[in-house]
Amino acid sequence: MEAAVSDQQINLLLTDLLYVYGYDFTAYAKASLKRRINRLYTLDHFPSFAEFRYRIRSDENYFNRFIEQLTVNVTEMFRDPLFYQALKTQIFPVLATYPFIRIWHAGCSTGEEVYSTAILLKEANLLHKSILYATDINAEVVKKAAAGIFPIHQMQQNSENYQLAGGREEFSQYYIAGYDHVLFNEILKKRMVFSTHNLVSESSFNQFQLILCRNVLIYFEKDLQGRVFALFDESLDKLGYLALGSKETLKMSPMVSRFRQVDTEKIWRKMQ
Amino acid sequence: MAENAISKQCVVIGGSAGGLPGIIYILEQLCPDFPTPIVIVLHRRNDRDSTLTALLSHKTTLLVKEAEDKDVITPGIVYLAPADYHLLIEKNYSFSLDHSEKVQFSRPSIDVTMQTAAEAYGSGLITILLSGANADGTAGLEATRHNGGISIVQDPAEAFAPFMPQSAIDQLVTDHTMNMAGIVTLLYRLLVGPVTHQ
Repeated sequence: MEAAVSDQQINLLLTDLLYVYGYDFTAYAKASLKRRINRLYTLDHFPSFAEFRYRIRSDENYFNRFIEQLTVNVTEMFRDPLFYQALKTQIFPVLATYPFIRIWHAGCSTGEEVYSTAILLKEANLLHKSILYATDINAEVVKKAAAGIFPIHQMQQNSENYQLAGGREEFSQYYIAGYDHVLFNEILKKRMVFSTHNLVSESSFNQFQLILCRNVLIYFEKDLQGRVFALFDESLDKLGYLALGSKETLKMSPMVSRFRQVDTEKIWRKMQ
Repeated sequence: MAENAISKQCVVIGGSAGGLPGIIYILEQLCPDFPTPIVIVLHRRNDRDSTLTALLSHKTTLLVKEAEDKDVITPGIVYLAPADYHLLIEKNYSFSLDHSEKVQFSRPSIDVTMQTAAEAYGSGLITILLSGANADGTAGLEATRHNGGISIVQDPAEAFAPFMPQSAIDQLVTDHTMNMAGIVTLLYRLLVGPVTHQ
């Protein structure tokens, strides 16, 4: 299929987003961005680029849809179960020694990973002294994450992942099912704080013992990846942990010399 | 050669059910100084073991590795799309990964890699579509031709699962339909020069 929106037109849109709304997507990886933009352009049946551009510039509701569609929000609970197993067996015992545990899910999307971490914390008897900050650039998905309501058809896969991650309870005890959705327990949500946060433009807002940012950095160009790593560095306590997606790495960053990879999973510990 | 490590040409091979033997056949016949990078997108089970990389490594003298995010695409290397991610090619001839929705029920999608490769490499791209049981790759071949590259499909009569190459033929997006031996000969003619391999 011929791309409907050209590179030049994409640059126009990115400039608009920056000047009209203050959102900077210029350092996002271009090939993926172009696919997302063209996908939305086709999906919403715009007759011309001019109308597409005008709509984004002038209609804030549509702008919100645009942001939601531009960012990838494909996620599941306990995605990469072995990662969660490593979290549980290697990181949690260390976190347990702190009187209070602060965790940041950066780029939390619709929240599946936040609930996964909370469940494992609960089973490790750490949830009561933990607080999970969950942020995303996209206000719509943060709202969904905070609601804790997920489609019921995903629960079988989630439950399988949970078992593979080393979960030892009945997974269904963590939610209440109703019609085609489930609602996750208040006891999990009580320990979560949801907010929008833009990794590109906003600064550090707290100190954490664990930052999880999985499958977010692949959408950024190298320079921006470096800036976000610096933000995480600033936001991590000494001896804190940074967890990345299975295809993401700290090894290209100059910071890597001060971090030590903990496991075969993508978890690094800040040594100094 | 080290000075000029970026190639303006690239070969992308897509395969699904029954595609692996064809990939092995091509790799076995690549000379150690094959001039362009090779990118392989093979539909496979979503697991994290590296058996496929190891398997293919034994079939060629070229370096076989899983494509990593932001890798600069370099001649002499055979890149394999990782399981469960789309593999995209940027205009600066580097990879980026993407975990968005499946395309044609597939992640990695052959279409996604070929479409982005077509934009990056233009007439320097050769795409090859092998055996498979779904329609992934057809849009990739179309993009290849639209941007001036060359698209090749495995003869459906030879393919274990003819649906995928046949789909591309039906959509009239192929420059060449050939058996595996013909594909290798053509690759050498296009990229290396007169055929001298065995």
